[in-house]
Amino acid sequence: MQTPAAYNDRVVRQFTIMTVVWGIVGMLVGVIIAAQLLWPALNFDIPWLTYSRLRPLHTNAVIFAFGGSALFATSYYVVQRTCGVRLMGDRLAAFTFWGWQVVILGAILTLPFGYTQSKEYAELIWPLDVLITVVWVAYAVSFFGTILRRRTKHIYVANWFYGAFIVAVAMLHIVNSLAIPTSLTQSYPVYAGAVDAMVQWWYGHNAVGFFLTAGFLGMMYYFVPKQAGRPIYSYRLSVVHFWALISIYMWAGPHHLHWTALPEWTQSVGMVFSLILLAPSWGGMINGIMTLSGAWHKLRDDPIIRFLVVSLSFYGMSTFEGPMMAIRTVNALSHYTDWTIGHVHSGALGWVAFITIGSIYMLVPRLFNREQMYSVPLINVHFWVSTIGVVLYIASMWIAGVMQGLMWRAVNDDGTLTYSFIESLSATYPYYAVRLLGGLLFFAGMLIMAYNVWRTIRPVEASRPATAPAASA
Amino acid sequence: MSLFWSIFIIAFVLANIFACWWLIRWTAKPRKGEAAAHETTGHVWDEDLREYNNPMPRWWLWLFYITIVFSLIYLVLYPGLGNFQGLLGWSQYKQYDKEVAEAEARFAPLYASYAEIPIPELAENGEAMATAGRLFANNCATCHGSDGRGARGYPNLADLDWQWGGAPADIRHTLVNGRQAVMPAFSASLDDSAIEATAAYVYSLNGREAPERLVSQGRQQYQTLCVACHGVEGKGNPMLGAPNLTDDTWLYGGSLETIEQTLINGRNGQMPAFAETLGEDRIHLVAAYVYRLSGGEEARDAIAAR
Repeated sequence: MQTPAAYNDRVVRQFTIMTVVWGIVGMLVGVIIAAQLLWPALNFDIPWLTYSRLRPLHTNAVIFAFGGSALFATSYYVVQRTCGVRLMGDRLAAFTFWGWQVVILGAILTLPFGYTQSKEYAELIWPLDVLITVVWVAYAVSFFGTILRRRTKHIYVANWFYGAFIVAVAMLHIVNSLAIPTSLTQSYPVYAGAVDAMVQWWYGHNAVGFFLTAGFLGMMYYFVPKQAGRPIYSYRLSVVHFWALISIYMWAGPHHLHWTALPEWTQSVGMVFSLILLAPSWGGMINGIMTLSGAWHKLRDDPIIRFLVVSLSFYGMSTFEGPMMAIRTVNALSHYTDWTIGHVHSGALGWVAFITIGSIYMLVPRLFNREQMYSVPLINVHFWVSTIGVVLYIASMWIAGVMQGLMWRAVNDDGTLTYSFIESLSATYPYYAVRLLGGLLFFAGMLIMAYNVWRTIRPVEASRPATAPAASA
Repeated sequence: MSLFWSIFIIAFVLANIFACWWLIRWTAKPRKGEAAAHETTGHVWDEDLREYNNPMPRWWLWLFYITIVFSLIYLVLYPGLGNFQGLLGWSQYKQYDKEVAEAEARFAPLYASYAEIPIPELAENGEAMATAGRLFANNCATCHGSDGRGARGYPNLADLDWQWGGAPADIRHTLVNGRQAVMPAFSASLDDSAIEATAAYVYSLNGREAPERLVSQGRQQYQTLCVACHGVEGKGNPMLGAPNLTDDTWLYGGSLETIEQTLINGRNGQMPAFAETLGEDRIHLVAAYVYRLSGGEEARDAIAAR
């Protein structure tokens, strides 16, 4: 085994801690805006607390701060272990850490104060976009440099996915953010009209496809077989689903623009490729779940395995739901409703957050030289609290979304709409309450995790063997 | 689009779809000397990470094939392959036009029959008003409120105070053509003290107390600048949409401060035209609803008797 000094784990530790911190921040903002939908007065008439400004802060914080830090941490950890060499460029890696934190701080200091590009998931103003690009290039150099210097002959499958994620996000970010600055805080996109919308959703859906899917599949391909102690189910399946996934995702964006001014051929192409995407997506789920088969008994007493299995189940569910919602006729019902919000969170909480949480519970003891987490029962509590939270969240949004879609299209015998918009809104209120409860539970789970992580990593004299229950089987 | 781009799109789309097909076939092929199924490929990473050489699940391959076949059929039937419009000749615009035409054929006679009834009479027809109420809820309530009582900047329709006239023909005209009210901004022509004085005078018009010095100074300004629209007595002019300043109804608020703001910045109240959206017959029905909201004939008779 490599001695710990041979690997650069300092940057992994930093990103791991910040994953927990930004997870709490991002989800807290999510809870606040969920509460504002229920009680609009909660913005206290303060402009920078309004829903419209906090919502992009929430999405940026959970996707790029929480998810991004998790991807940096795990990719740096995985690429070193599976290549058998130290990460290339200690300073470069340190730069990616501090650079990424500055980007996040920049988001916190601009979005609530109304500085935005108004492109969904690409709201940050152009100076921050430039910084993201620089950090990302450093990330790519560091990651691919490590791959090039590997001691193993073959490149491990997790690294294919991390690599695709890094390359694709660079391309998406640069193309979608092209803009002409008019001042330090303002710029105009180089695209206009339907082209602008198409570029935006090409970016937007591939942010889901490469940031939130390919990157986290990389995580899955290392931490699932590691924790299960089993080989990956099928190498062939890895090959097919990898190449199919990365080529087909690129086409799926137009399903966000069904029934709009976007040319119809573009909508159709977006729809059929979204459907073809079902099998490649499920390839990842099958490979993960089947890797765990043969280790099912571990589900009984290893809460980390539970997080991983449930994340794969949610991945399978949301990648089935996605292609269905991309079908024109289904989209006519689901679009602009809370069904979309439910779908996103089934992926973001159920898949992305769960696989991250499971991986972090594995990483923390290894990174800080501990036997195991401070409290395994607390991991279990976290698992149940957040599982109930996700289920409440997505079930309420599904019901609310389908209800809204049906209410909006209901027509009377005299040709008038049965319901006004405000009636559909007031019918949604109970579901907003359930969603808030679900979000609160998920947020509470993150606090439990933070406590557990803190007790695990704090200076050694506090972690005497007596305080650590021997529950790991 | 040009022929080049059409061919480019067709080639690119089909190439990616068939590449998936080829990828499956190529990967599924057994190779000489490879590990048997249920054995690992022999590669090891990080001490214990290995991969089985299992075949891809058959049901999963079928799922993949089915989505590919479905997609190819879809692209033959629907617009997707460049300029090729699909065998069905479907388009979202045609579907929309067809659905609208069908709905019009079904519902237009009902509205045409309502359109023949005079507005005051139609306002007493319960069934017609139930229909009109839903039209109001979906088209008017966003600004005027579900009960029609308005909001700051959006007139209350449930009283007998009318900015543009409350006769049936006036209401109908407002709905068909919309209204654009223009209260000019006076910050350029009046200095701060003149604004203060004019506001005080307007404030006093409905009988409220204001410092006499300011009121008399403001009266002079009023007689030069405001009188053209709001009239000598301040009773307004429905022809211009100029509000009556002597009553208790204030569209933007009647505090001294708000009146000053109105004088400084002006106001640009806008009622959109609904001729395109609703059509004349439905507007007739909504006009009756608004007429009824303000109390109908009874309220008007009561006013006349006073």
